Amino acid sequence: MVPTAWYLVLSAVLFAIGVAGVLLRRNLIVVFMAIEIMLNAVNLSFVAFARQLGTEDGQVIVFFVMAVAAAEAAVGLAIFIQLFRARETLNADEVTTLRW
Amino acid sequence: MSVLVFLVLAALTVAAALTVILHRNPVYSALALVSTLALLSCFFVLLEAYMVWALQIVVYAGAIVVLFVFVIMLLNVQSDERALPGPGTVVGVAGGAGLLALLIATVAVRGVTANPPAVGAGFGTPEHLARRLFTDYLVPFEVTSLLLLVAIVGAVVLGKRRI
Repeated sequence: MVPTAWYLVLSAVLFAIGVAGVLLRRNLIVVFMAIEIMLNAVNLSFVAFARQLGTEDGQVIVFFVMAVAAAEAAVGLAIFIQLFRARETLNADEVTTLRW
Repeated sequence: MSVLVFLVLAALTVAAALTVILHRNPVYSALALVSTLALLSCFFVLLEAYMVWALQIVVYAGAIVVLFVFVIMLLNVQSDERALPGPGTVVGVAGGAGLLALLIATVAVRGVTANPPAVGAGFGTPEHLARRLFTDYLVPFEVTSLLLLVAIVGAVVLGKRRI
């Protein structure tokens, strides 16, 4: 058996990769993918803790996280399509109308 | 044996995740994202979360990544030219590394080093999960269905040519 802490370390590494991706990349679609990696890293933590504690609550919460991720992806990508129609770009540096 | 499997899978997963954020071409990023999600589903099997494994493959690797690839193809996104390492790169790498150090320190201090206890038969199966979902988590489940409905309506409205 693998100790639960190893899963948590792997989850931490994946979450850090996701954060670095959001900060490093300017392409909005790749930023979105980095967010999906972060959500999955947290899902791994939830499942590891569910196994450690011997209850299925963590797995149920993963179910909800997946539903929210699906909703987020659908709405976010629709926004990107509208953005591309209006601006012809998906570069985060060129979409700064709301910057104060 | 399972330790070796874990280490190999973990190395592959981290490599795939790094490819997602470092590759210049978004299509390759999307392919690496599929690999990351599929490799993560292997950990769910190791953790005896069989229903979550199936959902991971169907919902994530199936539906969400197809949506990503579809939008990439539709918008014909070209590879973004990478600027030379500037202040943004430093902030990104430092932020990621700092957060990683913090999280690993937390696990090291508070971490559970003991092996997880054995679980009863049927742990993580659809039957067990559904029983929890439709009893203890019924209200959140209904709220989720409402959220998905709003997301569908929102995506359809946003996708129209004229809002």
